[in-house]
Amino acid sequence: MELVCPAGTPAALTAALDAGADVVYVGFRDETNARNFPGLNFSPEELEEAVIRAHAMGREVYVAINTYPEAGNQAPWHRAVDAAARIKVDAVILADIGLLEYTASNYPQLRRHLSVQASASNPEAINFYRTAFGVQRVVLPRVLTIPEITSLIEEIEVETEVFAFGGMCVMAEGRCSLSSYVTGKSPNMNGVCSPASHVDYEQRGRKLVSKLGSYTINAYADNEPAGYPTLCKGRFIGHDGKPSYLFEEPTSLNVMGVLPELIKTGVKALKIEGRQRGKAYVSQVVSSYRRAIDAALNGEAVPEIDLGAITEGTRSTTGAYGKSWR
Amino acid sequence: MPKLTLGPVLYNWPTEQKRDFYFKIADEAPMDVVYVGEVTCSKRTPFFAPFIPEICERLERAGKEVVLSSLALVMSPRERKELNELAADGLWQIEANDLSAINLLQDKPHIVGPFVNAYNEGTLEYLYKKGASRIALACELPGTTITELAAAANGRELEVQVFGRLPLALSARCYHARSHGLSKDGCQYVCEKDPDGMEVATLDGTPFLAVNGTHTMSYTVNSLLGELASLQASGITHFRLWPHDEDMISIASIFRRALDGEEDIERSLSVLQELVSFAPISNGFYHATEGFRMIE
Repeated sequence: MELVCPAGTPAALTAALDAGADVVYVGFRDETNARNFPGLNFSPEELEEAVIRAHAMGREVYVAINTYPEAGNQAPWHRAVDAAARIKVDAVILADIGLLEYTASNYPQLRRHLSVQASASNPEAINFYRTAFGVQRVVLPRVLTIPEITSLIEEIEVETEVFAFGGMCVMAEGRCSLSSYVTGKSPNMNGVCSPASHVDYEQRGRKLVSKLGSYTINAYADNEPAGYPTLCKGRFIGHDGKPSYLFEEPTSLNVMGVLPELIKTGVKALKIEGRQRGKAYVSQVVSSYRRAIDAALNGEAVPEIDLGAITEGTRSTTGAYGKSWR
Repeated sequence: MPKLTLGPVLYNWPTEQKRDFYFKIADEAPMDVVYVGEVTCSKRTPFFAPFIPEICERLERAGKEVVLSSLALVMSPRERKELNELAADGLWQIEANDLSAINLLQDKPHIVGPFVNAYNEGTLEYLYKKGASRIALACELPGTTITELAAAANGRELEVQVFGRLPLALSARCYHARSHGLSKDGCQYVCEKDPDGMEVATLDGTPFLAVNGTHTMSYTVNSLLGELASLQASGITHFRLWPHDEDMISIASIFRRALDGEEDIERSLSVLQELVSFAPISNGFYHATEGFRMIE
């Protein structure tokens, strides 16, 4: 069982390695990856150093190049793959068919993983990527239940990686244009969702209102902790005229409670979300999961670790892994 | 000749209403291509499936090209079984809305639907190579990208969504059921209450989005009526209208006349807005800005 951890900076990478990450995944500092935030990510030189450091510790580095190349401007994505191959990273994480083909034909030896952004949610889709582009691992969309993951693994010939902790899309990843509808910036094209550049907070009487672009996403009464206005995790009004978290509560994914069951499915790797997070966060989450995985693999009870303080909205969910979505 | 197409009905209309809708389309609408089939939720499939052969035959007799659309988010064994059967059944062409369908269809001619991401020349070329006779583009692509892709298509068929609420997001979770306090398994088909989607407003009461079961739609109604000439000039061959519970015959006629260059666009835009009673029209994605905006 591999623990795959995020790093948005060289400092976070060091923190992840020190906390027991088997693999650290990173992105280049541009629109080629799905966490294209200001001040984040790696230059090719920083990546080169990171790979040397990780390899010296017997660990690995994956590079996410998982946005969709722009028509008429595919070169930045091709250059990112070229750089990853030259630096000899352990795998690239890709979503776009054209980019997968480019990588498979130019760098057949470079290990290819299918990003969650490709939304491959069934054996037929996953086997397509396997046959067509020699993909060796799929990061499963966060839409499947544990029994569905178990039966899916029986029907595919590639390794699987699943999300264990962190921010969670309630929509099928890579197939969501909500952010571009509201802000003009999309995960697929720009590597951002609900970008900070479009966020605003406004005091209205006794209420603090959070906004994304021109839309109100949530409002908080006195003392209620205000969250980041991710647009699918706000309070909206549906058919009954009452405000509710219509799509999803502002929660984080945390599979700690179902870890033994998840390991039993046969997944190869557990992934922590959060390349945008600081090194303290990375360190705390990674070390907690390291302890929990080691305990579970030794047949011991998973220690009760409270990650509540650092989860979004201080609440967590097992998401689609549980049956509550049905 | 530019082709006008009618996408599959994305909403849960009562079976008889949907059947009669297609009969009317067959008899009266100036469509060249009609897509039929359940894209949104497999729980709706059993009700409408028995009517599909009759509808397809009637559309074909009326001279329409018929395409069966496949489910966009495929997960359960039942959904996979139905997809495998659809792909094996060679009566009509199939629109693949997931990579699973492309896998099953790769040696036969098929159409790639707008729920498959074709964002650049590399992907477009690959999909054509694998048997796509036509590719329908995702709704968020700007005009500049569409122009690049049309150039890359170089005469091969390429389709753009030019009318209707846009399918913005898919989920394993059903928001219709959730908003009625129901589970997806016990949904009571509450999505049937909203033939054009359930309006979702912000806390200030500003209309925001529309929910259609597991799909989240734009609140505004996309209209690229004013952009048809540019799209045609760039090489787009097919123009898709999404069905709504409005006078689709009149709406289709406006687009048909505009494609044929016979329409005063400014006047038609105001007629179109009158025909679409439930929400304002928008074209923001095409103009590389927020999707909900209308750029004059």
